[in-house]
Amino acid sequence: MKHTPGWGLLKGLFETARNFVGSYYQPGRLTTIEYPDERLPVQENFRNFPMLIYDGADPERGLRCVGCKICEKECPPQCIYIVLERDRSGKVQKRPRLFDIDVSVCMSCQICVEVCPFDAIKMNTEYELSTGDRFGALLLRKAELAKPNEYYRRLHPTEAAEVDARLAAAAQAKAAAQAKEQAKLTAKPAKPAWSTQP
Amino acid sequence: MMETLDQLFVLLKRWVVGEFPAAWRLWLSPLIDAGAIIGVFAGLFAVTTLLERKGLGRLQNRMGPNRVGPFGVLQPLADGLKMLTKEDIVPRAADRVVHFLAPIAMVTPILLAYAVLPFGRNLVAVDFDAGLLFFFAVGAGTELAVFMAGWSSRNKYSLLGAMRGIAQMISYEVPLVLSAVAVVLVAGSLSLPSIVDSQAGYHWGWLARWHVFTPWGLAGFILFLIAATAESNRSPFDLPEGESEIIAGHLIEYSGFKYALFFLGEYLGLFAVSALGITLFLGGWQAPVPFLAWVPSYLWFGAKLLGCIALFIWLRGTMPRLRTDQLMNFAWKFMLPLVLVNLVVAALWHGTAAWGFFGAGATRWLLGGAVLWLTYSALSHALFTAPGRGPRTYRYAD
Ligand code: SF4
Ligand code: SF4
Repeated sequence: MKHTPGWGLLKGLFETARNFVGSYYQPGRLTTIEYPDERLPVQENFRNFPMLIYDGADPERGLRCVGCKICEKECPPQCIYIVLERDRSGKVQKRPRLFDIDVSVCMSCQICVEVCPFDAIKMNTEYELSTGDRFGALLLRKAELAKPNEYYRRLHPTEAAEVDARLAAAAQAKAAAQAKEQAKLTAKPAKPAWSTQP
Repeated sequence: MMETLDQLFVLLKRWVVGEFPAAWRLWLSPLIDAGAIIGVFAGLFAVTTLLERKGLGRLQNRMGPNRVGPFGVLQPLADGLKMLTKEDIVPRAADRVVHFLAPIAMVTPILLAYAVLPFGRNLVAVDFDAGLLFFFAVGAGTELAVFMAGWSSRNKYSLLGAMRGIAQMISYEVPLVLSAVAVVLVAGSLSLPSIVDSQAGYHWGWLARWHVFTPWGLAGFILFLIAATAESNRSPFDLPEGESEIIAGHLIEYSGFKYALFFLGEYLGLFAVSALGITLFLGGWQAPVPFLAWVPSYLWFGAKLLGCIALFIWLRGTMPRLRTDQLMNFAWKFMLPLVLVNLVVAALWHGTAAWGFFGAGATRWLLGGAVLWLTYSALSHALFTAPGRGPRTYRYAD
């Protein structure tokens, strides 16, 4: 039977007929997600475009970014643009005044995230970014990029926990070092090095 | 009462024509016929595009269109609007006149072919003595349209598609016509209504005397269906369009309404050739069982037509496309010998019709079936074991 010519065609026809009937009473067969009405849950390690993380409640003051411009230099398609804040005397501050990412150029490579020494830039999972204004609305400004740390935790729980632990440990170590320094200072006032010589 | 219902459209037309002065009647009658055929089959075209998309989806575990209207039933309307509002683009280098004429040359002959098809008892536009011949003669006109489209577009893909189309349609025209010849041989007539009449009545009061229940009729019907699929350029024989290799072939430079006309022509061709298959092998408008003979004849015809369309959709959802050499081998080395043997079997069947001993019918069946089956096995064996054929061995993929 198996070697009768034409048998394969009949088998194929039977298979598609089974699909046809089955698709009406076995909903599991239909893999379609009817997108605007229903969506797939976003995977934890999905990434789309970068965002800037801030701690606390104020997106301006809590911003982790210190404006070191490493990401700007490393970004392969050069889609990050940073201008540093200056105080009234013109001295540069450790804060970006402008931080723009052109998402029409960004290729989601995550290199900016890899190189940032301050865990300030992370990948967002937002993907419904279509807009009628293709120049203005695709250039994301600092205010649109700034996202609270809780948001980051929600998107990438595992990664965020690791980053939080590392930052907390660093903060602790820094506090301990500061305390030690303080203690040293109060115990014996520092003398100039030359004063120990006779 | 049922008699009136059965003849409803015939009586209706007679009444409408009778209302007009005698001088007009000669012109009015064919106009009404043409209008009815165009209206009904264009409507069927719209329904079929929806059914096809839905059915294909389900055959492949997809949903199919379900956005426009409840369950997507208004999809044909949306498609039609889209087609009508698209820009009509003619390539600068194209032969404008031929490019314009091709879609018309596609649809007109097919509509002409409908004239000789009996859709119900007495429901035929022209009862033509050589109806079958007329059908094939005008049906062959679509080949010209395909080549006109391909040639005039001045595009290499169009030309390739048109050449494939011509080669395929001419090759498959032969088995198509020869499988119909078997019916002519037995029925002894070229007129389609009388071919339907030759299938009237029932064996032992329940088995319809359709040609498909004879060995040559069964084989002939299958061969006819295969050739019809190729003739109407449908999957698995959709090489002229071959989206993945020559990007819709001869249709590549058509857009908007002209494209829609080609599309319409293709579907109308499919309906016409299915209707012919029904007329030749499936008893036309006859009921399959005697106790359902009261159902109006055109309803039976419509049901059979929808069944055929469903079969074509099913085939399209299942089969992968053939290669050109496979297509040609299949036509000339397989279909043609088989259809010739089928002709012999039909002659045998016709010659032994006078056998009266007990079990004569079964003997004839077995005899005819055995000849056909042996030919089929031998041919496919020969094709599969011919040098260079057979299962492929892959050097790196295994
Ligand atoms: S993800 Fe890549 S391309 Fe996008 S901003 Fe970061 S470094 Fe540039
Ligand atoms: S995001 Fe990170 S690397 Fe980029 S400027 Fe800010 S601190 Fe530097």
